[in-house]
Amino acid sequence: MKTNAVNMTEKEYLLPGNRTCPGCALSLAYRHILKALEGQVIVTVPASCLTVLHGMYPVTSVTVPCVNTPFASTAASATGLVAGLKALGKEGVTVLAIAGDGGTHDIGIQALSAAAERQNDFLYICYDNEGYMNTGNQRSGSTPLGAISGTTPILGKQQNQKDITAIMEAHGIPYVATANASYPLDLYEKVRKARMIRGARFIHVFTPCSPGWSFPFSDTIKIGKLAVETGWVILYEVEDGIFRLTSASASIAKRDNLRPLREYLMEQGRFKNITEEQINELQGWVNTRWKRCLDRAVNL
Amino acid sequence: MGTRNCQHICGESSPAVGEAGKTGEWRDSFPVIDQEECLPVRQNKPTCFLCWLYCPDAVISKTIPIQINMEYCKGCGICAQVCPAHAITMVNEEEFCPNETD
Amino acid sequence: MILVNKKMARKVSTWILDGNHAAAQGVKLSRVQVIAAYPITPQSPVTETLSEFVERGELDAQYIAVESEHSALAVCTSASMVGARTFTATSSHGLAYMHEMLHWAAGARLPVVLACVNRAIGAPWNVLNDQQDSISQRDTGWIQIYARNNQEIIDSIIQAYKIAESVYVPVMVCYDGYVLSHTEMPVDVPAQEDVDRFLPPYKPHTILDPANPKNYNLVTLANPRVNAEGVLCHGYMELRYLLQEALQNSRETIIRVGREFGELFGRSYASMFWEDRLDDADIVIVAMGSLAMEAIVAADMLREAGYKVGVLGLRVFRPFPKADVAKALKKSRLVVIFDKNISYGLEGATCSEIKSALYGSSVRAVIRNFIVGLGGRDVKARELVDAVNKSLLSVKEGDLNKEYPEWICDI
Repeated sequence: MKTNAVNMTEKEYLLPGNRTCPGCALSLAYRHILKALEGQVIVTVPASCLTVLHGMYPVTSVTVPCVNTPFASTAASATGLVAGLKALGKEGVTVLAIAGDGGTHDIGIQALSAAAERQNDFLYICYDNEGYMNTGNQRSGSTPLGAISGTTPILGKQQNQKDITAIMEAHGIPYVATANASYPLDLYEKVRKARMIRGARFIHVFTPCSPGWSFPFSDTIKIGKLAVETGWVILYEVEDGIFRLTSASASIAKRDNLRPLREYLMEQGRFKNITEEQINELQGWVNTRWKRCLDRAVNL
Repeated sequence: MGTRNCQHICGESSPAVGEAGKTGEWRDSFPVIDQEECLPVRQNKPTCFLCWLYCPDAVISKTIPIQINMEYCKGCGICAQVCPAHAITMVNEEEFCPNETD
Repeated sequence: MILVNKKMARKVSTWILDGNHAAAQGVKLSRVQVIAAYPITPQSPVTETLSEFVERGELDAQYIAVESEHSALAVCTSASMVGARTFTATSSHGLAYMHEMLHWAAGARLPVVLACVNRAIGAPWNVLNDQQDSISQRDTGWIQIYARNNQEIIDSIIQAYKIAESVYVPVMVCYDGYVLSHTEMPVDVPAQEDVDRFLPPYKPHTILDPANPKNYNLVTLANPRVNAEGVLCHGYMELRYLLQEALQNSRETIIRVGREFGELFGRSYASMFWEDRLDDADIVIVAMGSLAMEAIVAADMLREAGYKVGVLGLRVFRPFPKADVAKALKKSRLVVIFDKNISYGLEGATCSEIKSALYGSSVRAVIRNFIVGLGGRDVKARELVDAVNKSLLSVKEGDLNKEYPEWICDI
């Protein structure tokens, strides 16, 4: 039976009173990720907003074991946890590596790529707020074209983001998926599915950031939904090479009612200086990706 | 008095509520639920609970009636936004006077 | 071999091994459970040999083919957190690449053992031996032990696990690239059952259990903070104080483990450094690693010429045995320190540290520092003798100290 808000377990692994901003999409996503894993997890996390969510010594706000690790090493740390557990014959626990886009697309990509190539048996989740938000919104490899950031303060970013999920899919690992904090049930199901798969698994979770992107924090869910409704985020999964659209993206594909990207961009202060040319370029990029997904999806 | 009573040799943290303090003190508006509009209350059965699902801080309970932990609610307003029955309103803290009686 | 003590090791076999293979044998005998070592000259045979042991089923370990040295140590630290015994090896740039993780492993108080096959660091490129790589990491909080020969390599690795797992400080065993790593010499290889008697299983201080969740090495504030039970917990500085305290106190454990090793295997390591004819020496040569053996040859030559020369062969560099050094140099009037490294802008590292040990003691010796052997430059005993003679001449000038070291090179 599919999970919904009514039948989903009430057990929480996130305790109230953590340090995240009001309306933090990461906090919401992490809450559901841990629920989907039923807390049977060892988490490893690099320097990131999630480190702050976890709190400051000697108190933590989560009730799962966690190993903090330096910025570049998330996937290597996860590999070490898996190796240690295997050496000691301990089973039944998922190793969860969870890093931001900075720790995944940029400084952490080497270790992640290698772990995927080695087919190390853990779940890697990238929560993507499209910038180095923990340090004040500097641009990352995931920041979109035209976005203002701490290090692209006047001209905005001159290059579009890299497609990390496609990069991870190219490693031939058994499961890659995209997800979005605004669709917690879809995220929950994907994590539950990934938990049961052996080998390297990658989920890319879209987590809008109110202070970083400049929108009111009560709009977090709305912004996340707009991203899907305009095709900026496409909800899909690739299981052993088979591509499926999921959740709202599947519905939008069937109804063919993708909205113009501009409606998503205009809600955010970080795009206040974006040019028409850049909007067109982004729309073109979205259109190309969307068409490719429509062609590949087996469930349309 | 020093920290020798602390047995840790490395940074070992234990879980507790309120790691960042009473985060309810952060907010400038707080959610008020209209029990006549709230779907689980109206239908008197477990249904909807989207506010519970979408709360980033897990301060909403899946009970009838819904309860919100005001010590830790940051006042983000997501619950008000996602409620399909528009049963939740964000009220400015300044307007709320706890000592006033009806 | 005649056994005088029933407790001693029953079986001994002597193999001809180069330093890298001696190290690999030490790792195997220590029943290491997780290995992650990225290849780099001149360490590569270590990681290759270990992968061979694992693939042949001779060593029951997880061998991870990491893609960088930074990841190698990250794999080891996390595996150590879980409770596995771990090992990595590297040299030169590889050690530099994992620098951040060296700090992390020490601060996290994890008993990782690392073999550093000493090699020069660029620029420019050089694959040959000097000790700049491990010397550059002396501030990270690792125990550092230097081997003079291949026997000491295998023995030090086995002892390293016992030391590390007693004091919860990672240990770096250093040995000279090519001079030892690729040079074959007779090595007594202990029997597995005897190493099993010597080395108890690793008991981690970390708990990674969903039933008792803990979060390790979170952001820590400058000041102490009260936990949920009302106990005042450490600030960052107090946690780091504990690391220093552990290093200071590790001397006792290092000596005890060295003594226990001697009782079981017949080769004692119950001292922080090797002493050769220090009892009556008023001239002392200080050197570390294989150079300490060359120094003994130089001391022989100088003794023949009538000088009372001894050798202080540094073994444990961290924690630096200040009090022991001051005591050993009590009678000296000239100390000649040969460094295969230099802290640029100042002098050789062992020279600075010896001076630190002597300041405030009764020793009023003249100290001379020579930089030798960088980038694999061969160091002959004759050159060490010449350096001592040169120092003796300069003693007449009366300077206890010179501003900068001299270099034995062709500039």
